[in-house]
Amino acid sequence: MTMKTRIELRSAPHIKRNVQVDEIMLHVVLALLPIMIFSFMQYGISILALALVVTGTCLLSERWFNWMAGRPSTLGDWSATITGLLLTLTLPPSFPLWMGAVAAFAAIGLGKMLFGGIGLNVFNPALVGRAFVQAAFPVSISTWAPAYLPGRFTEFIPSTLTLPLMVPPDIGPWIKERLVDGITHATPLARWKFENQLTAAADMLTGVATASVGETSAIIILVCGIYLAIRRFLDWRIPVAIFGSAMLLALAFHLYEPGRYPPPIFVWLSGGIMLGAIFMATDMATSPVTPLGVWIYGALIGVVTVLIRYFGGLTEGVMYAILLGNVLTPLIDQYTQPRVFGARRKGWGAS
Amino acid sequence: MGLFNRHSFARGIHPEANKRTSETPIRRLPFAPRHILPLNQHIGKPAVPLVKSGQEVRRGQPIARADGFLSVPLHAPVDGVVEAIKLAPSARGPWVESIVIRTLEGSPQVQHWGEPCDMDALGPQEIIAAVQATGMVGLGGAAFPSHAKLTIPEGRKIHTLVVNGCECEPYLTCDHRMMLELADDLIAGTRHAMRAIGAKQAIIGVEDNKLDAVYALRQKLPQDGSIRVQAVETKYPQGAEKMLIKSLLGREVPAGGLPSQLGVVVNNVGTLAMLGRLLPLGQGLTERVVTLTGPGIDRPGDYWVPIGTPLRHVLAAVGSDNGAQVTAREVILGGPMMGQAIASLDIPVTKGVSGILVMLGPSLKEERGDRPMLPCIRCGECLNACPMGLNPSMLGLLAGAHEYDRMGEEYHLGDCFECGCCTFVCPSNIPLVQQFRAAKTILRDRAQI
Repeated sequence: MTMKTRIELRSAPHIKRNVQVDEIMLHVVLALLPIMIFSFMQYGISILALALVVTGTCLLSERWFNWMAGRPSTLGDWSATITGLLLTLTLPPSFPLWMGAVAAFAAIGLGKMLFGGIGLNVFNPALVGRAFVQAAFPVSISTWAPAYLPGRFTEFIPSTLTLPLMVPPDIGPWIKERLVDGITHATPLARWKFENQLTAAADMLTGVATASVGETSAIIILVCGIYLAIRRFLDWRIPVAIFGSAMLLALAFHLYEPGRYPPPIFVWLSGGIMLGAIFMATDMATSPVTPLGVWIYGALIGVVTVLIRYFGGLTEGVMYAILLGNVLTPLIDQYTQPRVFGARRKGWGAS
Repeated sequence: MGLFNRHSFARGIHPEANKRTSETPIRRLPFAPRHILPLNQHIGKPAVPLVKSGQEVRRGQPIARADGFLSVPLHAPVDGVVEAIKLAPSARGPWVESIVIRTLEGSPQVQHWGEPCDMDALGPQEIIAAVQATGMVGLGGAAFPSHAKLTIPEGRKIHTLVVNGCECEPYLTCDHRMMLELADDLIAGTRHAMRAIGAKQAIIGVEDNKLDAVYALRQKLPQDGSIRVQAVETKYPQGAEKMLIKSLLGREVPAGGLPSQLGVVVNNVGTLAMLGRLLPLGQGLTERVVTLTGPGIDRPGDYWVPIGTPLRHVLAAVGSDNGAQVTAREVILGGPMMGQAIASLDIPVTKGVSGILVMLGPSLKEERGDRPMLPCIRCGECLNACPMGLNPSMLGLLAGAHEYDRMGEEYHLGDCFECGCCTFVCPSNIPLVQQFRAAKTILRDRAQI
C-alpha cells in the first residue's frame, strides 16, 4: 500500500468536545440581547446610544491594549462585548455618554487588561467600570429618569448628550414637563430606604419601576438566565445560592421587625440582584471552580448584599458584594478542594 | 450505586461512541509475509529468545522465554523461518530487540503446538504457572502480565473477581464482539481465574450500550450463581479499574492503592476469554482480536490478527487508501481517548493493541476542533469531568508555571491516570492531560536523581 499522505503525531486524547470559549461567550451575548431590547422599549434612543458608546469603547480599549502589548486581537472571544453590554445594564438610562465611555475604558483597562486579559482578571470587569464611575460621578450615577416617557424614541434625555468633561444638566424639570401624574423618580430601593415606601412587586417584575437599565425587568433576566443554565453556559448554583441566602436573611429581618424591613420578595426583585446574581456573579473567571466553593461564594454574596442594603449608606449592595466575592474566590477555591477519589477525608486546606 | 440506582461513578464524560463495527462478526486477515515480535511487548523484563536466526519454527512454538517473574514468553504466530533477531521500530518510539519471522508460503497454518491439560485438576499455583506459559498479558491495552495480576500479595484475601467488559473507549468493539462470540471461553476463563485467586464470586461489568452482550453472557452463566453480569452506565472512563469497582461494589480503592486492598482483582474480558480458550489446550497467545476502524479504513471491523503483523499489512488488507484528497492521517493504537499515535507503519501489532484507529486530515480537524489555545477562563468543566476528583484547572496553571512539586504534593498529580477527560472538555483547548504527563515524567526523573 502506498502511503503518500502525511502521518500526524499527537498525544492522546485524539478527540475533543467541540465547545469553545467563544461559543460560550457568544451565547451570553445572545442572552443579553433580549434584555437590551427590553430596555430600549423602556428608555428609547438614550439607552441605545449608551449601549453603543459603552460597548464600542470596551472593544476599542481591548484592541488598543492588545496592540500596545503586541498581542493578537482578542475581540473574537466576545468577552469585551459582554463586558460592554453588562456595564450598560448597570448604568442609569440618563447617564452621559462621555461618562459611559470612561466607565468602559476603566472596565477593560483596570478590570481586565491590567491583569493580563481574559481569564486572568480578579474582578468582574463590568463591575470595576461601574465602581469607578460610582466614585467619579456620584451625582450622575444616582440620577434616574423614569421609564416609558413619551417621545423616548425621538429625543434624547438631555443629560445623555452632555459634552465630554462637562457637568450634565439637571433633568428634573425636563422630566416634570413630560410626566402627568408627577410620580417620583427614585428607585424602588431608594424609595424604601429614604421614604419608607414599598414599590409593588408587579411593577418591579415588568419594568415600570425606575432603576438602572438592567435592573428593571426581573422576569426577562430570569428567562435569559435559565436559557444559559439549560445550555450549561452558566453555573446555576451561584444564582440559586445568592437568592437563597439573601432570601433567608431578609426573611429573618422581616420576621424580626416587619414594619422596618421589607418582605423577602422585595430583595429579589429590587435593585441589581437579579442581573448581578445571574450575569455578573457567574462570570467564570472570577467565581470559584470547586463544587463546595461555588455555594459558599454565592451565599456570601447574598448575605453581603442584604447587609449593605439594610445597614450601609448606599441603596444598592450587589456590586460591592460581588466584588468582595471575586476577591475571595482564590481563597475559597484553595480551601474547598474537591475530595480526591479514594482519599479518606475531604481535601481541606490543600495549601 | 448511582442516584437513580444506576451503577456508576461520579463525573466522567460522554464522548460520541462511534462503535460502527459492533454488528460485524469477527473476521480473519491473511497472514503477512513477515512478522515482527518485539521481546518487550509486556510490562516487565523483556523475554529471552529461544531461537536462532535461520531456524524454522511452527505456529504456536515458544520462541522466547520469560525472564523472571514479571515477564512472559513469546510464541511464533506462524509457521516460518526466523529471519533475524534485530532492532526494529516500536510504538513507543525507540527501536527494540525483536524476532523477525518470514512466513512459510503455502503452509496450512494450523496450530498443532501445545499439550492439552485438565484444568480442573490444577491448583491455584499451577493455574498461575499455566497462565504465564500462555504468554498472556492484559489485552485491554495495559499489557501487564496476567499471571502477575492473578498472584495475590501475601496476607490479602480476594473475595471478588471483577471482569471488565465496559470497553468505554469510543470506536473500539473488540471486547463487545468477544463477549458475544466467545462467551463460553469467557465464562471458562473467569472460572479458572477465580480458582487461581480464591475468589468466591465474579461480576462481569458491561456498559449498558451493550445489552446484547449482557443477555448473551447471562445465557451461559453457571448454575451455582458464582458469576453474574451487571450492566453499568455508559460513560467514559467506566472501564478504568477504580471506576468500575466503584460502580459495581460501591467502594473506592484508596488513593495510591491497589484493588487487592479491597479484596478485588480486575481482569479484562478479552484476557479471560483468551485464557479460557488457550489454557485447556496448553497453547500460547499467537493472535488477538483487534478493532480496525475510523474514517480512514474502508472495511472496518473486528479481526483476528496474528501477533507481530506489521501495521502496513493490516491497513492494506482492510483498505486505507482513501484517495488523493486526504493530506494527513493519524494512526492510533488503542482508543481515541488514551491510544497512542504512531509515526511508522512498520510497527507490528503487539499483545496490548486493542484497536487500530485511522483518522483522516479533514475529519480529524473537525473532530478535534483544532483551534488555538486560549487562557483558562476557569469554567470548571474539567473539575466536573475528572473521575478522580482532581482540580485539572489548577494543575494546568501550576504546570504552566513549572510548579511541578506543588502539583504532586498539594494537588494530587500522582492520582491522575491520564484518562484525558479534562483535555476533552476544555473549551480553551488547553492540553491539560498532556501537561500532566510531562509533569509526571519530570517528577519521576527528579526522584531518581
